[in-house]
Amino acid sequence: MSGGVDSSTAAALLKEQGYDVIGISMKLWDYPDDINRFGGCCTLDDINDARRVADKLDIPFYVVNMEDVFSKEVVDYFVSAYLKGETPNPCLKCNQILKFETLLKKAVELEADYLATGHYARIVYNDLSKRYKLLKGVDKDKDQSYFLFTMTQEQMSKIMFPLGSLAKSDVRVHARRFGLKIAEKKESQDICFVSGSQYHDFIAKMTGVYENSGDIVDRDGNLLGKHSGLYKYTIGQRKGIGIAAGKPQYVVDIDAKNNRLVVGSRYDAFSDGLIARDINWISMVSPELQMDVESKIRYRHKGVKSVVKPIGEGRAEVEFFSPECAVTPGQAVVFYKGEEVTGGGWIERRL
Amino acid sequence: MKRIYLDHNATTSVHPEVLDAMLPFLKEDFGNPSSIHWAGRNPKKAIDKAREQVAYLFNCDVSEIIFTSCGSEGDNLAIKGTVEAKKDKGSHIITTKVEHPAVLNTCKYLEKTGFEVTYLDVDSYGMIDIEQVKSSITPKTILISIMFANNETGVIFPVEEIGKIAKGRNIVFHTDAVQAAGKIPFNVKKLNIDIAVISGHKLYAPKGIGATYLKRGVRLTPLIHGGHHERNRRAGTENVAGIAAIGKACEIAVRDMKDESERLAVLRDRLHKGLAEKIPHVKLNGHPEKRLPNTLNLSFEFVEGESLLLNLDMKGVAASSGSACTSGSLEPSHVLVAMGIPHEVSHGSLRFSLGKDNTAEDIDYVIDVLPPIVERMRSMSPLYEASTGKAANISFAADNCKH
Repeated sequence: MSGGVDSSTAAALLKEQGYDVIGISMKLWDYPDDINRFGGCCTLDDINDARRVADKLDIPFYVVNMEDVFSKEVVDYFVSAYLKGETPNPCLKCNQILKFETLLKKAVELEADYLATGHYARIVYNDLSKRYKLLKGVDKDKDQSYFLFTMTQEQMSKIMFPLGSLAKSDVRVHARRFGLKIAEKKESQDICFVSGSQYHDFIAKMTGVYENSGDIVDRDGNLLGKHSGLYKYTIGQRKGIGIAAGKPQYVVDIDAKNNRLVVGSRYDAFSDGLIARDINWISMVSPELQMDVESKIRYRHKGVKSVVKPIGEGRAEVEFFSPECAVTPGQAVVFYKGEEVTGGGWIERRL
Repeated sequence: MKRIYLDHNATTSVHPEVLDAMLPFLKEDFGNPSSIHWAGRNPKKAIDKAREQVAYLFNCDVSEIIFTSCGSEGDNLAIKGTVEAKKDKGSHIITTKVEHPAVLNTCKYLEKTGFEVTYLDVDSYGMIDIEQVKSSITPKTILISIMFANNETGVIFPVEEIGKIAKGRNIVFHTDAVQAAGKIPFNVKKLNIDIAVISGHKLYAPKGIGATYLKRGVRLTPLIHGGHHERNRRAGTENVAGIAAIGKACEIAVRDMKDESERLAVLRDRLHKGLAEKIPHVKLNGHPEKRLPNTLNLSFEFVEGESLLLNLDMKGVAASSGSACTSGSLEPSHVLVAMGIPHEVSHGSLRFSLGKDNTAEDIDYVIDVLPPIVERMRSMSPLYEASTGKAANISFAADNCKH
């Protein structure tokens, strides 16, 4: 329970359906020396919100401390990914490790049969394939299946998403019906451990490197200007590159090895496909040859028709039907067949 | 569901006799004790009486008692008040690594303002070395602040010897006696203590009241300025009901201490023995003898104390891992770390602190419910299987390495 409307309502619905519900909040990050900080996700205020919801629902409530794991698996990963020239997705990692490994283990330790979260996605068991399937949430605008591609069959057998078949607006209606004070609470948008959207400052602070300037070049290697740190850029970025050129320039490559930022035209920012690593297949053990899918290359991506082909060592090659802008190493590519998530992986490089 | 409370070092219930003693001051005797009219008379009398009762526990004069709001205020007043009053004499403080946060964080704060602090080590039993106390003293030392008994392990420090050391050198000796008060006898005169701090809610009075012994002649700058309350040492209209309560609680503590401490020590040892017999790899944290009669801190290796606590809670058993004031924090107990106990072991620590309502039946219930919980946790822990020589379930990892 994060203290937000989704997990709170999920708990309330389960309780109403007759489940024996235990509320758990994860304490993930200590906000040191900043007693005046409010808002964001997973702050003390949010935990207190969650506790009030649990009180209202009359369910036991515990705060479990996961700062160690979070710091190692999410924050360190976040910083090192940027230093490698990738654009990390900390929310995905948090789901993968914190929620569906560490928290699930806690739940099992408490002899809980299931771990329920407020995600907008559905898990159904397929009698034919004898496998759990992961489906998009019914609310297409809120669908969070993208963040869940790492789930194993074992995990899915113990996980419930009570909001999977609901629209966000219905969830708020339920929250009001249950008399939950957080019914109108705003969605958290920022990266929870970075105050505001100033992740630049955060990375500088964590690494102690405030200035690491290098060259900005075009695809032919011509020097166009200077950048002040590669982690400030992401693939496909146009604004704030800081060079004057006749036509709009886009970030097309982040070359961490040589500390170079490569820019080009909008056309240069398009790719025909990608290579992904650490692929997890959900709907099957693994496709035999290749498979037609719809690929989402970032959370808010509308999806592109593609062919995915396993190439060994947990990798896959994805070929798009039409070129896509801003294939970004560090983000996930998630494969869909209609409503169903067939699998996904982490983007290693563009093709 | 059964409810068994084994967290008396965190707080205690209000003793029925204490509740009776305080209630009039929440009802008809509501007056301000400073008033000269009839409404102030009973409250004033109650404070005088409570001061006698508390002074009796300390074995001091009534004029040497200051009522405060809690133990943390007492510790803050003692430390900040002393260094402020003596800052022209020096700037060095000696304390230990295992103090309560009320002392530790006050010292850390003072370090930022220019004072120098020595944090004494403890050995594997959680005991300080009296020679290190002596050798840490410099000409600039103005305050020694060392707790009477540790809240997490129950270890009792050699207060009398420290008192002698401080006395000969004109250094103020403050002791946080919050955990010791009511559990073991202490006599501030015999022990040469200059300032001793106690808290009501650890000895069956309610939260929000504390008392501090301040030896006559020891100078202290107040934290709270205002009216002439508490001989100008702590302003603020008196918490009369709380003061009546802590007075009564001290009276009861002195009255019942001998029998009760013997009874609790027997129960505590029954719990220790019962758990150690049924659960392998259990370690006692703290000194086997020099320890409060009610406190038992055990490490259950290869499991997380937090998980044990949640599972115990679901069985109705209230215990604690470390001190309540630090739970929810990232660090393992600073006390166990200072004792040199490895992370893995301190991680699995539980503190049971017994009190007046605990019975042998309660203890036997815990001896019944805890072993299966530990066993279940351990069966889920790859560390445990590896350590016991059983093949750990690592097939998952091996599959990934086949290539």
